[in-house]
Parts: sequence; C-alpha cells; structure tokens
Amino acid sequence: MGRITLDKVRKAFGPVEVIPPLDLTIEDGEFVVFVGPSGCGKSTLLRLIAGLEDVSGGEIRIDRVDATTLPPAKRGLAMVFQSYALYPHMSVRKNIAFPMKMAGVPKDEQDRRIEAAAKALNLTDYLDRRPGQLSGGQRQRVAIGRAIVREPSAFLFDEPLSNLDAALRVGMRLEISELHARLKTTMVYVTHDQVEAMTMADKIVVLRAGRIEQVGAPLELYQSPRNTFVAGFIGSPKMNLIEGPEAARHDAHTIGVRPEHIAVSTEGGQWQGRVGVSEHLGSDTFLHVHDTGLAEALTVRVGGEVALHQGDTVWLSPEADKIHRFDADGLRIG
Amino acid sequence: MATKHSRAAARLMISPAVLLLLAWMIIPLAMTLYFSFLSYNLMSPGMERWIGFTNYQYFLTDPAFFAALTNTILLVVGVLIVTVIGGTLFALLLDQPFFGQGIVRIMVIAPFFVMPTVSALVWKNMFMNPVNGLFAHLFKALGLQPFDFLAQAPLASIIGIVSWQWLPFATLILLTALQSLDQEQLEAAEMDGAPWLSRFIHIMLPHLARAITVVILIQTIFLLSIFAEILVTTNGGPGTASTNLTYLIYMQSLLQFDVGGGSAGGVVAIILANIVAIFLMRMIGKNLEA
Repeated sequence: MGRITLDKVRKAFGPVEVIPPLDLTIEDGEFVVFVGPSGCGKSTLLRLIAGLEDVSGGEIRIDRVDATTLPPAKRGLAMVFQSYALYPHMSVRKNIAFPMKMAGVPKDEQDRRIEAAAKALNLTDYLDRRPGQLSGGQRQRVAIGRAIVREPSAFLFDEPLSNLDAALRVGMRLEISELHARLKTTMVYVTHDQVEAMTMADKIVVLRAGRIEQVGAPLELYQSPRNTFVAGFIGSPKMNLIEGPEAARHDAHTIGVRPEHIAVSTEGGQWQGRVGVSEHLGSDTFLHVHDTGLAEALTVRVGGEVALHQGDTVWLSPEADKIHRFDADGLRIG
Repeated sequence: MATKHSRAAARLMISPAVLLLLAWMIIPLAMTLYFSFLSYNLMSPGMERWIGFTNYQYFLTDPAFFAALTNTILLVVGVLIVTVIGGTLFALLLDQPFFGQGIVRIMVIAPFFVMPTVSALVWKNMFMNPVNGLFAHLFKALGLQPFDFLAQAPLASIIGIVSWQWLPFATLILLTALQSLDQEQLEAAEMDGAPWLSRFIHIMLPHLARAITVVILIQTIFLLSIFAEILVTTNGGPGTASTNLTYLIYMQSLLQFDVGGGSAGGVVAIILANIVAIFLMRMIGKNLEA
C-alpha cells in the first residue's frame, strides 16, 4: 500500500550535487524520520519523493511502480508543509475539501470524509472559519486534515512542527504518533530536531550533506551509532567525544561516552575535573566539567537536586561497557 | 501623540498647508458652480446674467450628452477589461523564468513613460494612418483594403491606444502580486491534484483579487478624465462617436466659448464621478478589508 523505494536517486542543482546516489527503502506502514542538520538535503529528498523536484538520476518506486517521472498528484502521496500552505481565502471546510474536489469525489462522500477528519482532529467547531482566524496548532491540524481526506498511500511531513511553540510541539508530536497508530499508513517525516526523531520514528534516517549516515530504529542508533557524526547527533545532550591518549588507552582514535553514562563523585574516580556551568532542569542537572585534560568540557548528567557548585572539584567515572570506540575515520569499532 | 497641548500645536502648524490646499480646491469649485448658473459666453463679454438652472437643462437634454456619457462608460469599461485581462496574462508570462527577463520587464513598462499626446500621435500617424501607417502596409501586403481605424472605429481605436498605455501599469501591479504568492500554496495545490488551470482559478486569482481591485480603482479615476488622446486623434469625431464627457465640456466651453454651459457640464461630471466612486468603494472596499 505504501512502500517507497529509492534506487540510486541523485539530485544536482546545476553543478552542485546536493544528493549523491542514494538507496533507501521505506516499508509499508512505517514511520520514517529523516533527520540531519540544516542544509543536509533532507527536505530535498522529501520533495523528490513528493515529485515537487525532478530527480537528476535513479529511480523512485512507489508500491513497486516506477514513479520517477509521475507528476505529484499521480503518486498518491499527501504532503504537510512547514508553512502549512493553507489556502487563505477558503474556509477550513473548503481547504479540506479541495483535494477531493480536484479528484472529483461525490459531494456526500466529501462531506462524510470532512466530518470524519474534523472529528478526529478536533476541528468540528472551526470548519467555517478561515485559516487566518485559527491558531498555529489548529492550522497544523487543518493541513493534516487536508492530507488525510485524500486517503493517500503515504504521508510526507516537511518539518511540520517547527513553527509551533514548545508546548504545542509536544502535543502535536503525540497527536501525529497517535494518528499513525490509528491509520497505519506510511509516514515520512523530515525534521532537524533529534527529539522528534527519537520519539516518533520506527526508523530514523540520519543524513549529512545528502549522504545517509545511518538507518535504524531509534534505540539502535542510540546504542550503536555507526560513526562519530551519528553519535554526536543522536542523544541529548550530545555524546562526549574524547580523542588523544585516553582514547588510545581503549585502542581507538576517538571514544564517546554519553552524559548519562558517567558517574560523578566528590571523593574519587577515573577523571578529575572542575565544575563549570550547571544547567538545572528540575528532574536532571547537566554539569559542564572543565580541566579534565580530555576535552574542552565534558557534559555529565546527574540527579535533579545535587549540591555541586561552580568551581567544585569532582571525579568522573564512565560506565566501562557504555564506551563507544571509533577509528581515525570516525567509524565505529566493534 | 501625547498631550492636549502638543495636539493643539500640531494643528496650528499644519493649518497653513491645509488652508492652502482647501483654497486651491474650493475656489475653482465655487467659481465653476457660480459660472454654471450664469449665461456667460466669451463672444459677448459683459453680458453675464443669472439664469438659474437653464445651463443644466440645456446640457442634460443635449443629445451629445448621452452620446458622451455612453462613450465615457464604454471607454472606461473597455480599457479596464483589456488591461486587467491582458495585465494578468502578461504578469503570468513575465513570472516565468526566461533568458533576458530583466530587460523584457523594463521594456514592458516602457509605454507608461510615454506621454499621452506623444503616444496618441505615434499611434495615429505611424500605425493607424490609412495611407502611411504600418497597419495599412500590413493590410496592403496581405492584399486587403487598408482600414481607416480612426474614421471607421474611432472609439475602439482610442480604447486600444489608452489600453496600450495602461497595460504596463496593470501588468506591473499584478506581477508583484503574483510574486508575493506563497510558492508552498501552489505546491500544496499541485500535490492536491490541481492542474494548472485549477491552480490559477482557485489559488492565483483569489490571491490577485486585491491587486486587481487596486488596478480597477486607480485606472477608473484616470480613465474618467481621458482627454489628450481624443484631442490629438479624432477631435471627438466623427460626429460625437468618440466624444467623452471631458471632451464635451472642453468643446462647450473652449470651442463654443460657452463658459456657463461648460461649467454646468463640469458640475454634472463631478457628480457622476462621485457616484461612480461611491459605488466602486462600496463594491471594492470590502475586498480591500479582508
């Protein structure tokens, strides 16, 4: 129903190759998140799948059918844009009805689907309003509603939550996850926020400069990042990457330890350092420890209520089995 | 804009400008009104006398008045139709990326910089002249009888000339409006399965509505007082075939030396223009608010 296969897909804008040949399979019903820093080509990749950009080479297959040259409307995909791209002069009802009107769906069927979508997305009271009269979260839901009624074989989301405030973002994240659980339709989701990727995805695709760095389930990426880029990108706060003699002691060029895998003591331990800034989140505290001789600063997670102050001397001990080792090319060892 | 004191000072300081502008408007208007009630002909100076509404009676019952009124409406509506439709098409065309876009855009705007008398003369002598005009040559090259535009279809010819002048204005405003349309909306519509024509009707046209309103509003104001083009090309003829209200008033007061009758015509034109303005604002003002 919604299996998307990219076969050596390549995209160049003039002489600049933004996506070198790339293979990827998105299974039916999967929630796949493309994540990466800005400019890594994740939105371009999504637009290639949508058909809004032409590929420079390779093949895109949707449900085993070659869709490389199909126009966007014929691919059976629905897209939710970052700016929502609602039609400002139409009411919410007409916005949602637009794709069905274009497809020639009978009027009563249109009404039925609109009612169902509005009920699912809590939009019933707003159907006769214009997008300009809605809040950010409501607009977002209208955009999703417009995508749902087409009953597409896959949904494409292009950074849909980046224009919302933090609280709404958490709420919408949950709603989209619930929507996926209910519809069981393939979803491809682009974001630069690794928290969104970790919480929502069945499968994360980490991209850098148009190249796929690693594909895998969220925990797989967290537990065994394939290289230092993925190691640094997935997980919050970032993994501590240490080079030099300490790494050599572990037979590696670089070792990585996550902030949550380091024990802190005021009496003794493996690495000695001085506490710098501490960030109190209530449930956790992130300490920035300087002068360890290993790196500029190490980030360590400790409990919420900890009595350590700037300038205090502490000892850090990494959990031995949670140390990630990387070679000189940044690739994982073992 | 704070205190009572500073507001009073502000009023005092802008009052000279306001009073000057007011006098600039009020005095000619008052004089026109006054003259319109006089029997005042430049051929018989010193014979002015108060004749009440007689001037109005003559002007409004003149068969030329209705011809002029019809011509004015035809001229305004005709030019509006040509420029709005043509302007939209040109804007769509110029919005496409193509080689030499910048230069072409400047050249499209060029007719707007040509003054009305000059452009009317160029059209009359170089294009529409039945002997030497380019159109005459074209017709002859095709083995057809040259068409005497200004004699056979005077009003249509003037509509053509004026449209040529105003097309750049409409194009320019509609082009900027088109460029301000959010590309993601068009892409969303494309994803929603809308072919180009549907995208144009459902997305672009509603987006252009406001700009079209502005074009109609501004052009109507200027088109109601078209004069130079008529004076230079047809002199309002043949007969009254291309006489509009402005030209009729000119004939009355400056060719027949009837200042009283001309003034009455002027007052009638002001009233009609205001009626049009009120209707336009009613109809179109709503569009601007949304």
